[in-house]
Amino acid sequence: MALFDKFAPLRAAYERHESAGDNPFSIVFDRVVSPTEALIGNREILLLGTNNYLGLTYDKAVVASAVEALQALGSGTTGSRIANGSYQGHRELERALADFYGRRHAMVFSTGYQANLGILSAIAGKHDHLLLDADCHASIYDGAKLGQAQVTRFRHNDPADLAARLRRLADTPGDKVIVVEGIYSMLGDTAPLAAFAAVKREFGAYLVVDEAHSLGVLGASGRGLAEVAGVEAECDFIVGTFSKSLGGVGGFCVGDMEGFDILRVVSRPYMFTASPPPSVIAATLEALRQLRARPALRQRLMENARQLYAGLADLGFTLGPEPNPVVSAIMPGPEIAFAFWSRLLAAGLYTNVSLPPATPRGLALLRSSVSAAHTPEQIDRALDMFAAVGRELGLIAPERARAAG
Amino acid sequence: MGGGARVNRKPFGPAAGYMDTSVEHIREVVFDVLRASPNPPAELSDATSIVADLGLDSVAVMDFVMEIEDRLDITVPLDKIAEIETLGDLVSTLGGLKVSA
Repeated sequence: MALFDKFAPLRAAYERHESAGDNPFSIVFDRVVSPTEALIGNREILLLGTNNYLGLTYDKAVVASAVEALQALGSGTTGSRIANGSYQGHRELERALADFYGRRHAMVFSTGYQANLGILSAIAGKHDHLLLDADCHASIYDGAKLGQAQVTRFRHNDPADLAARLRRLADTPGDKVIVVEGIYSMLGDTAPLAAFAAVKREFGAYLVVDEAHSLGVLGASGRGLAEVAGVEAECDFIVGTFSKSLGGVGGFCVGDMEGFDILRVVSRPYMFTASPPPSVIAATLEALRQLRARPALRQRLMENARQLYAGLADLGFTLGPEPNPVVSAIMPGPEIAFAFWSRLLAAGLYTNVSLPPATPRGLALLRSSVSAAHTPEQIDRALDMFAAVGRELGLIAPERARAAG
Repeated sequence: MGGGARVNRKPFGPAAGYMDTSVEHIREVVFDVLRASPNPPAELSDATSIVADLGLDSVAVMDFVMEIEDRLDITVPLDKIAEIETLGDLVSTLGGLKVSA
């Protein structure tokens, strides 16, 4: 047995797509030129799958902050916060996040993935219980696996099912920690957070909300689903990422719990990795300022989301349950998803293919994410390409015309 | 709170209100859930491999176990699921949990 024999079936599929030229997992952009445009060779590609919700990656103030920090403080920190010390910027960003969320404490991680790994593995110990929504992101499941708590999965967005599982655990000792997300990354649906908060209260559990896809997207101030649902006080920990609406890389956790800072010396994904470089911290700080100062970005984003969602629904595509910046068209199967993806790319539109087990219920998805930086004309162009490919592949009725607007 | 119907569903079994904890009953529930799936497998036995024979990926395995959890009114911790390879393993794991529940 050769070491990689176990991957043989996967490898065959990968190579089949590679040789057919429709492998979404190996695409390279020769040059990304704006939050919504890139070049492959000399072909212009409209980007509709980048999670760049507020389009801040090219914001002049954000880039200037990064450049200034890069020149003044160097390219990297070359070590971890615990072993090699923090920079002022790390602390400054933590204070800014705590202030934004109105929380006492904040902690910055090197990636969003590590924020979930670091928080979930640390807060739930050997005799505690983690209860995870069935559709939670891989980083949440991996964080649970890294820790020693007993892990229970409950039905997606089903507070009654969560309550039933907490009831089964009622006589089992240990704290119970519930984990849900603001916007789910695959279908763009939101959690019934007020109902989850009520279950949490009923059972005396703790609640962690991952707002990776909802920070800067939902809420009057952009604080996410907890703000919309009016249950921020019930959310013991908010976890999130810098790599979507904030256009950088890194992750964070905020909370009010007394003794929060002990997490810095028990969370292995925080301790045993290099801290984010000064330029990334400076860019994220400026992006957070922009997020707070420019609510118009959020309005623009949601208008774009509704335009894409309504347009695709009107064409006859089967979509996720609600219009949010993640808009996924449900495909009949993986092969059609690959074909759809590659035909869109050939026409000049970049989207994402999402397949099981990354997707719920074995769904094959053609996933889009819109940005505040998209113009209504760009969304219209994207819809035209969806319409053409959808008809070519026989997924939507040929005679159906898109309503104006 | 919505979705109460699913939670109140009684595990099917020999007599309402009485839980049959026998291995035979548990095996019957496991096979029944698989036969009710969209692509029911042709053959089922204790030796059936969940990944190789049933072709379930990591999430599909968790979905399958969730269905059984509801029927038997038990919770199978995820680390226990990770150790299960065959339907026989699953039945004996479920049996152990059922007795201690």
